[in-house]
Amino acid sequence: MMISLTIDGRTVEVEEGTSILDAAKQANVHIPTLCYLPEVQAIGACRVCLVEVEGNRTLQAACVSPASKGQVIYTNTDRVRKARRFSVEMLLSNHPFECLTCAKNLNCDLQTLAYELGIREVHFTGEKSGGRIDESSPSIRRDQNKCILCRRCVTVCQEIQSVTALYLQGRGFEARVEPAFDRDINDVACTNCGQCSIVCPVGAITEKEYIDEVWEAIHDPSKFVIIQDAPAVRAALGEEFGYPPGTLVTGKMLAAARMLGFDRVFDTNFAADLTILEEGTELLTRVKTGGVLPMITSCSPGWIKFIEHFYPELLDHLSTCKSPHMMLGALAKTYYAQKAGIDPKSMVVVSVMPCTAKKFECNRPEMNGSGYKDVDYVLTTREFAKMIKQAGIDFENLADGNYDDPMGEYTGAATIFGATGGVMEAALRTAYEVATGKTLENVEFSAVRGLDGIKEATVPVEGIGDVKVAVAHGLGNARKLLDKIKTGEASYHFIEVMACPGGCVGGGGQPIPVNNEIRALRAQALYNEDCALTYRKSHESPSIKKIYEEFLGQPLGERSHHLLHTHYTPRSKF
Amino acid sequence: MSQEKQCHCAEIQEEELYPRLEEVIKEHKGKGEDLIMVLHKAQNLFGYLPRKAQELVAEGLNVSLNEVYGVITFYNFFSTVPQGRNSVKICLGTACYVRGSQEVLDKAQKELGIKVGGTTEDRRYSLDVVRCIGACGLAPAMLVNDDVYGRVKSPHLLDIIEKYE
Repeated sequence: MMISLTIDGRTVEVEEGTSILDAAKQANVHIPTLCYLPEVQAIGACRVCLVEVEGNRTLQAACVSPASKGQVIYTNTDRVRKARRFSVEMLLSNHPFECLTCAKNLNCDLQTLAYELGIREVHFTGEKSGGRIDESSPSIRRDQNKCILCRRCVTVCQEIQSVTALYLQGRGFEARVEPAFDRDINDVACTNCGQCSIVCPVGAITEKEYIDEVWEAIHDPSKFVIIQDAPAVRAALGEEFGYPPGTLVTGKMLAAARMLGFDRVFDTNFAADLTILEEGTELLTRVKTGGVLPMITSCSPGWIKFIEHFYPELLDHLSTCKSPHMMLGALAKTYYAQKAGIDPKSMVVVSVMPCTAKKFECNRPEMNGSGYKDVDYVLTTREFAKMIKQAGIDFENLADGNYDDPMGEYTGAATIFGATGGVMEAALRTAYEVATGKTLENVEFSAVRGLDGIKEATVPVEGIGDVKVAVAHGLGNARKLLDKIKTGEASYHFIEVMACPGGCVGGGGQPIPVNNEIRALRAQALYNEDCALTYRKSHESPSIKKIYEEFLGQPLGERSHHLLHTHYTPRSKF
Repeated sequence: MSQEKQCHCAEIQEEELYPRLEEVIKEHKGKGEDLIMVLHKAQNLFGYLPRKAQELVAEGLNVSLNEVYGVITFYNFFSTVPQGRNSVKICLGTACYVRGSQEVLDKAQKELGIKVGGTTEDRRYSLDVVRCIGACGLAPAMLVNDDVYGRVKSPHLLDIIEKYE
């Protein structure tokens, strides 16, 4: 039922049950928020979205108050402004004011709010609750001094990811966001997905930065430094330079990488195509030989750590394929090193990823198939943008650059790896043709696209029968699928899981903010690139054919096994 | 930290209580919404909430250990340290406070070497504060187990608590 109310003199009609905050949005009235997070959390904790409702004695938090019929609401009265300012001043009185040296400087909700509310002085002084800096994780850095206890990280970790690595501990002045027993985040069941760093409104949770280490490698003449970029990076990097979400900046990204001083610019998409050959072959082998099914993808290291912690009994379901950037790292230090006559010892491989979990992944002890650390450093999309800014590169006016051979060329199947359902679709394109020997005319599998939490499809493949597949994104959805596998309810052949909502386009290392609208736009950018590419099936890529001829032999062959595949480690759920 | 230095016999007694905890958990299997109730029962059993008990409750009720600890640290009722044989409670209600109970509390913390909410290493004493025990006429007042002491002066504190083994 529609109801009518008045906000700042404007009449607006909304569906009953709509919050005052959403009703105001419809009336084009901006109400500031802080703890509120669209699609995830509305708890009215920060008292920033206060509004005056005629007839109500107290101010109401707009995010949790439903609009009601005939209400008269004011969002800009003297009382409202003073109350909001009071709330934010209280937060500031407990804040360390390290803005100039904070990783979130210029992209901080608290900073923006203090500016918008015109706070020029903090009237409250006294002891600060403080907290510790937790640098235990190779992925995430937590600075509890900066935490404003908005709980966004707790909610996203618990409700969306079903991990709950962090929780609000203690009460009052002692309240803090920590794991149980105040253990280090690296010692608990954290997947490193970094969704907390996406939603943290301040600098309390950020990615662990490796920018300085990478600069050092670039400037070291004895090092041969290789960069690779994941598919989802090109669909989001532009946002850091003012482009609207969904702008594809592949050419500028590659040009910027070269200008930064990297010796070679490869593309993770090359390795994504390779993944399809390896993983597709692995799937067909499992189907034919009665191997463990369903087989589940292994490209997302947040997802890998999740299953290791919470479902170690299902590890046999995982594909043994390394994630694409780790494959490329291993090949850079073997295949390319040989080809180019470069000592792999002097090589430094840097991966630009939409991901914080890949920082942990590249430090896993088993990721050394090349005889060296396969990937040396992982930078997030955000860090890569920071490097471009530090170098003073005029991103907007960059002429499109190109990747280097022999590990740059890619197909449309590879580029859609960045969106939920993309790995599945890419695998189906190749598996179908390999299994049947026939040409797949319609390469687009729309059933596995989009932002539904769990997507299912049945694909008839001649000679094999109906292939049943499922796709989950966000670890909460993955958990639902795994529970079905455990109870035997699910009878799929192949499952794709990506740890982050929306897949890598919504990864924990992507530009902030991220919401469903932005996820969909970034995914669309990748699907557009897919359409525009000459080759849209991984096995058609000339570079892929070449590497099998020249170096790898065949998918699942001995070299592949050694360089491109891995094993997993059961971990504690605590 | 203090737990590590405790004598062994307490741990042995504790071990014997786990089967009973498991029975309790069984009744609430997978029911996260029963968390507080189960923690309550667990604390009644052990006198506090040892880490192992927290882990069993988390596992059994299908709740994250981090959330379990969050609930425990939110409520004053729950304790993560074992309780001593004797409970020393200093009243910090208005009347007692005005008559100097803070000084008594400071003395107790210093003499026992523990903070409010803590237990001595030998598990002889636990120290807590209370807000008014209805003995304002005797302020400052304190309790040792069920015995009330009035007009306590800090120099006399040790004489009082040493009576309790």
